[in-house]
Amino acid sequence: MSKFKKKTGGGTPAISTASLPDIVFMLLFFFMVTTVMREVTLLVENKKPYATEVKKLEKKNLVTYIYVGKPKQALQSTMGTEPRIQLNDAFANINEIQPFVIQEREAINEAEKALMTVSIKADQSVKMGLITDIKQELRKANTLKINYSTRKGEVFGDKR
Amino acid sequence: MARNKRALPEINAGSMADIAFLLLIFFLVTTTMDVDSGINRKLPPWQPDEQTPPPPIKKKNIFTVVVNSNDQILAEDEYMDIKDLRDAAKKFLINNGDGTCDYCTGGARSPISSDNPGKAVVSLVNDRGTSYELYVAVQNELAAAYNELRDELARRTYGVGMDQLNEEQKDQMAEAFPQKISEAEPVNLGG
Repeated sequence: MSKFKKKTGGGTPAISTASLPDIVFMLLFFFMVTTVMREVTLLVENKKPYATEVKKLEKKNLVTYIYVGKPKQALQSTMGTEPRIQLNDAFANINEIQPFVIQEREAINEAEKALMTVSIKADQSVKMGLITDIKQELRKANTLKINYSTRKGEVFGDKR
Repeated sequence: MARNKRALPEINAGSMADIAFLLLIFFLVTTTMDVDSGINRKLPPWQPDEQTPPPPIKKKNIFTVVVNSNDQILAEDEYMDIKDLRDAAKKFLINNGDGTCDYCTGGARSPISSDNPGKAVVSLVNDRGTSYELYVAVQNELAAAYNELRDELARRTYGVGMDQLNEEQKDQMAEAFPQKISEAEPVNLGG
């Protein structure tokens, strides 16, 4: 009798989940290494233009960001729809760029000051007038290395 | 004695996966995968009062690109579409008017275009009303013209593209076609 009983208790054995933590840890470490924490909350729309001849920005600690674009939908009732400049977490006027850039440069150690780069992250709908003003301010602050932040892609995707 | 010999009970590791999942989800949510990339440019230093006038450049060595507020491009006094700009710039750079550039194969040697790549300057003027999108597109096309010429030269001299050259060879290619893009002081072109 007992012989027969054993057989009925069969079926597929449970899959071992002992290696599951290992797999999850592997994924976890991958994300921990690749992650870049978002430092600022964007207050402006930021749809960057496309370009193909792009270069990667290295040495993140030497890069300062200037965001330009229309205020986000939720803020348009108070800020209007004209493109604005965002420095760190707040809207800024054009004359605040110089002190901001100089302050950022002070934080960099002496040897690397010349390598400081300002990355202009502007929305593609922004007019060049504002960008030119920013560039003039950067020239006055003697921060001459700039980078037009773009997305990788064909330039005339929608124009052909 | 008997007590000392007894092994410690094994800690249940069943919830380790849960903890790891929790952390994993946190990093998944906070992560932003975008790599910062863009077009690098160097601004000219600020000179409040122009003391020394810039050295004169022959008009034929300047490739003028003007963009107005309606996003129309005027290259060498001719209306041009953005997709023709790259080839026009390449043709200008490789022209080899005075015959001193021995690597400029296919140069038209036109007397009204650039003398040699070392002297050729691209001048870019934009209006305050030009869209940033087109400005970046123009900058991109001009950079692409230089990069394509360098790449073609690299293929002819070393048989491989620019991406496979070492640093020294890359500098050599960059010297053969020095990227001289000059931007005018801001103007209001209207239009």
